[in-house]
Amino acid sequence: MDRTAEKTSPLQEFLLGIKGELPILLGVTPFGMIYGVLATSAGLAAWDAQMMSSVVFAGSSQFMLVQFVNLGTPASMMIITAFVINLRHALYSASVAPYIQHLSLLWKFILSYLLTDEAYAVAIMHFQEPSNSKNKHWFLLGAGAALWSCWQLSTAAGIFLGAQVPPSWGLDFTLALTFIAIAVPAINDKASFLSALSAGLTAILTRGLPFKLNLIAAALVGITVGLWSDQK
Amino acid sequence: MSKMWVIMLSVGVLTFLTRLSFIYLLDKWQPPDVITRSLRFVPVAVLTAIIIPEIALQNGELALSLDNIRLLAGGIAILVAWRTKSALWTIGVGMVSFWALSWLL
Repeated sequence: MDRTAEKTSPLQEFLLGIKGELPILLGVTPFGMIYGVLATSAGLAAWDAQMMSSVVFAGSSQFMLVQFVNLGTPASMMIITAFVINLRHALYSASVAPYIQHLSLLWKFILSYLLTDEAYAVAIMHFQEPSNSKNKHWFLLGAGAALWSCWQLSTAAGIFLGAQVPPSWGLDFTLALTFIAIAVPAINDKASFLSALSAGLTAILTRGLPFKLNLIAAALVGITVGLWSDQK
Repeated sequence: MSKMWVIMLSVGVLTFLTRLSFIYLLDKWQPPDVITRSLRFVPVAVLTAIIIPEIALQNGELALSLDNIRLLAGGIAILVAWRTKSALWTIGVGMVSFWALSWLL
């Protein structure tokens, strides 16, 4: 066990969280910029497009929302779809809950607000490392704050640059790359490998489901397969 | 308040409540052991479920061919991530491969 980790101060954990998030930001920045570009080209006012990045603060559903604006989708449909797309965050919530159970309600509110894919994924790897540090929640705060700042700034850059970023650059591909960078190193035994494999296959096989429900189906199959493989 | 703001605030509140859900509930309710053990698979299962359709589908259809640049560049990125475990290298090499393949093919 890492003995120094037991003594890490809140500030050290906070800085470690920022440091852990930094490489991920390389992939998040272009993604935030494309969101800004898409939002303004869909006709959103610059201020609305910017505020969505802090009010909603969930990349994939923001993309979906601005595309729906283009299509003239009814508001209720947009809200329901975004809600279902973001349901995976309930799994993240369950996953971090045991580590931050001792905290005050204010802390829980702040960390919940910051619980995005990218902050969660980096923080949960840190939480799962064996150590007795009581300040690990500061790591999630650091990672979350770094991601939040990056998301706001890259949104602003995208709004500012507007149509000057051509789609042929394929910058939206950085989303997949960012998740590859996080997921692949986390596959470290047979159970997690089978979990990933079955989740990926299910996501493809159930791609016809509405509201991106294939994501939820795939996650549940992946988790079940991992669990089953673990018990054998 | 404009229609867009009603949508944004609704989605924002719903997303926040989703993220808060189990963090808040855990105090009141202890999940069974099987749930606790299953949580370890959440990051890998969810992220893979996002990645694979992103690289293997084109316009909603399965595209397992050599002219699917995202699949090729994604495959290269997966190898780099596996060998280096470095996010910087994975995203960097993945993006450069994507551009190089778009230029070549």
